[in-house]
Amino acid sequence: MDTAHSPTHSLNPEEHFIRAEPYYEPIGDEIAIFEAAYQNKLPVLLKGPTGCGKTRFMEYMAWRLKRPLITVSCHDDLTASDLVGRYLVKGGETVWVDGPLTRAVRVGGICYLDEIVEARKDTMVVIHPLADDRRALPMEKLGQLLEATDDFCLAISYNPGYQSVLKDLKQSTRQRFVALEFDYPAPELERRIVANEAKVDNAMADKLVKFAHMTRNLKGSGLDEGASTRLLVHAGKLIASSVDPVVACQSAVAQAVTDDPDMLAAIQELSASLF
Amino acid sequence: MASLTQAEIEALLDAWLEVEFTFHNVSPVAQSLCELDRGGQDFVLDWIKRIATTHITLAFNFAKRAPDLIQRFDKRVIEAWAVHLCDTYDRAGMYAALDIASSVGNFMQQRHDHAAGALFEDSAPVLGNFVHGLSGRRLKLEEGEAAWTDGEKIVLPAIVAAFESRIDNFKLTKAMTAFLWAQTRFGSLRVDIASVCAEYPDPARALTQFHGLETLRLTARLARELPGLHRDMTRLGADLGDRLDQSWSKLAQQLDEHAEIEDSLALLGRAYALPDFVPYSYQGTLNPEAVAAARAARLEKEKARLRVKLAEMMEEQQRRKPESAPGANEQPRFEAKSDETDGRLDLELTLNDLPIAPPDDVKQLMTSVFLDFGEIPPEYLVPAGDGEYDPSLYQDQPADPDAVWQGAYHEEGALLYPEWDMGRQHYRKNWCVMREKEVKPVHDDFPRQTLDKHAGLIKQLRKSFEAMRDENRLLKRQVQGDEVDIDALVEALADSRDGSEMSDRLFMHMHRAERNIAVAFMVDMSGSTKGWINEAEREALLLLCEALERLGDRYAIYGFSGITRKRCELFRVKTFDEPYTDEVKARISGIAPQEYTRMGFAIRHLSKLLNDVEARTKVLITLSDGRPDDYFDAYRGPYGIEDTRMALLEARRSGIHPFCITIDKDARDYLPHMYGAARYVILDDVAQLPAKVADVYRKLTH
Repeated sequence: MDTAHSPTHSLNPEEHFIRAEPYYEPIGDEIAIFEAAYQNKLPVLLKGPTGCGKTRFMEYMAWRLKRPLITVSCHDDLTASDLVGRYLVKGGETVWVDGPLTRAVRVGGICYLDEIVEARKDTMVVIHPLADDRRALPMEKLGQLLEATDDFCLAISYNPGYQSVLKDLKQSTRQRFVALEFDYPAPELERRIVANEAKVDNAMADKLVKFAHMTRNLKGSGLDEGASTRLLVHAGKLIASSVDPVVACQSAVAQAVTDDPDMLAAIQELSASLF
Repeated sequence: MASLTQAEIEALLDAWLEVEFTFHNVSPVAQSLCELDRGGQDFVLDWIKRIATTHITLAFNFAKRAPDLIQRFDKRVIEAWAVHLCDTYDRAGMYAALDIASSVGNFMQQRHDHAAGALFEDSAPVLGNFVHGLSGRRLKLEEGEAAWTDGEKIVLPAIVAAFESRIDNFKLTKAMTAFLWAQTRFGSLRVDIASVCAEYPDPARALTQFHGLETLRLTARLARELPGLHRDMTRLGADLGDRLDQSWSKLAQQLDEHAEIEDSLALLGRAYALPDFVPYSYQGTLNPEAVAAARAARLEKEKARLRVKLAEMMEEQQRRKPESAPGANEQPRFEAKSDETDGRLDLELTLNDLPIAPPDDVKQLMTSVFLDFGEIPPEYLVPAGDGEYDPSLYQDQPADPDAVWQGAYHEEGALLYPEWDMGRQHYRKNWCVMREKEVKPVHDDFPRQTLDKHAGLIKQLRKSFEAMRDENRLLKRQVQGDEVDIDALVEALADSRDGSEMSDRLFMHMHRAERNIAVAFMVDMSGSTKGWINEAEREALLLLCEALERLGDRYAIYGFSGITRKRCELFRVKTFDEPYTDEVKARISGIAPQEYTRMGFAIRHLSKLLNDVEARTKVLITLSDGRPDDYFDAYRGPYGIEDTRMALLEARRSGIHPFCITIDKDARDYLPHMYGAARYVILDDVAQLPAKVADVYRKLTH
């Protein structure tokens, strides 16, 4: 097959530098803390509900620190070899292939393990030696110990909102990190973010933020999580493309946060009351 | 199908309404019924028969009105009305139910034929969430006769049928809900309405005018806060003839979107001189006594709670940052600021000018206090001293289940469960008053004796249970995996040299399997288990625990018994989170026969507990010695069987696997029906029980 014309580019995570400044509104002193942690070679843990800007913050910091960003979205079948690397078979021979974590350690990038609790328990142990003052990655299958360069940085994210015993972070893991807590931005700030990202006017952004607060009031009485800033931006974008606000809130927000028909109807009533 | 004749209908009514004894005059009913088509006749007759199983007089009263109603309303509405009659009878007795039967006109202020009403039971799940989404105190929804609120709950009528279409009727219900919410949220209930009105010669009239002023003020406020809703309110109101009398327009102008409750109070004198305010369709009624009672009960409690919470937060703060804590001579100073811009209600808490983020429960408390005063009074922000408050003031005491029986009967601290009434073909709401109780542990020799007696069996059980533990397995020859499968690779290379196709299954993958099972055991503790059966049950539970510990499944054990619906009891032997300790063993020893076998509530409660546990497979195993039964109660016989069956069906529907083990030898006639949704096994010999229970469990979850 001739792939010369297809616009796909090969995955070269160590070259993934972020060139343009990502839009990021700081909610506190998280930028200063991250920088200080980076300078002192401390790993960082980002805590907070989904869609409140953790990943965007990482992109912003990668841009600011001018390091490549390697993001791994963890899932429940993610094993240690997926991170470190494995032997593959090529033309009758076995060839070692580095995993994303190993690549980041080698080139001194920022490795961001998103939603780390989703990964298998044994996966987490692999990052332990990297996350303390040893800063080394043992590669059992190669019989090597890979030491991280000074530029390397490990960051993980975690959503404490799950409140499931099965998906909690072990003390031995969490006590290795500098923790940064993220939450939904304050109303003013959130309005600015929505207006800026979705290109809607301030009045509409205000209403969207108010709507988000209504859904966040429902957390715990039927909803696991209220509408995130990301969902508001989605709704805002639909509205900017002249979708009716109530319909936009239903498709971009309500359907995204729940499947329960009563809850969907209730959220629909809330947005219909507001717009 | 041809319509029934008057004589045929009379014969049916004679039988159902026991005319021989009750002397109800059923001829007029039969006469009006015979004018309906067969569908209408069947519908009404069916409901007469169903209500008659609850109470004959109630059924007769329904029968007198139904033929007229069916001409005017949707069948759904009449059905809801019939259920509402029965519910009221269950809850408040005959007089209250007859009252509703005779006031049928009020509740159905109908304007359209065959109106499709909005039923409370349909609207409540949606509007309950709706009202939680709006800011402020969490209000509960309840069904009642009229629309009103006491600041903690919103009462809505059972049926709203002012419009022809169901959507409009629902919208009206929503408008009522939002309006009643606004009374709590925007301060209407902050004042002592009764004493304000008492200053006027005619307090009732003053109340009407006050309600009118508040209706205007809150409507204006809602126009700003919830413009979409306000559009609906205006449209529905216009259709229903909400008109503002000319004389009121001046006052209405002053009550704009920024007006507060003080403005309404200031205008009350002028309003009193005006003609009576004609109520708006969505305003409901004001109930100053209920508001004052709820508020009085709330204030002290919340003050205590808030102050205790603040003390806890202060302690926490000091633990975390000892250096920033106020010195011994500096008083800790909490302050709260409210921000109500854009209709949000943000309360900011500071400790010695440093902002602190209160946890959710404290936020809720502060919100609630704010709604009562329009601010957080300074005395509420003084952290409580040590032992300043009796914990009973600020904690929801789990009421001692036995204490409630001393003195006047009340249902405090109990959970209410519905029960299926086969005659009515409908649930009896909040019918069973259920309490969880502790089994009194008995520290005796029973566990040790049992373990000795069944030592051989235990060994065997442990072995077979251990075999069920899902071990990690290395899966070979996989398409993907962590390591290269050298055997497969060598074979594949040989194949390719041979010229045959090379397999792509060259990897090994470690399969890590986890058992993810939660099981609840529901043990019969009725009086009839006395003796052999009780002993066998206890032995069976002990053996099971021994075996389950090997398996690592989460399990809970509860005993059930009760006497009448007012006293349904579940005895905790072991909860899901509790480890298997000597205490649990002692409680198993302590399982003793109690009263009767009412099963429905126990199945429903344990289903609820199971559904709260996070597990892939959920199993409910009931151990009983016979058919459902209760003291001088309809529960004996088919009623109990049908309710148990329904409870099992509900469990099944919610994703639980019910399984029943029975020792009743005569059970074969009703069990297949009752356990329709569950699988079951009948044991002929009690002595088999210990071995069998573990065996059943093994087969069930393997």
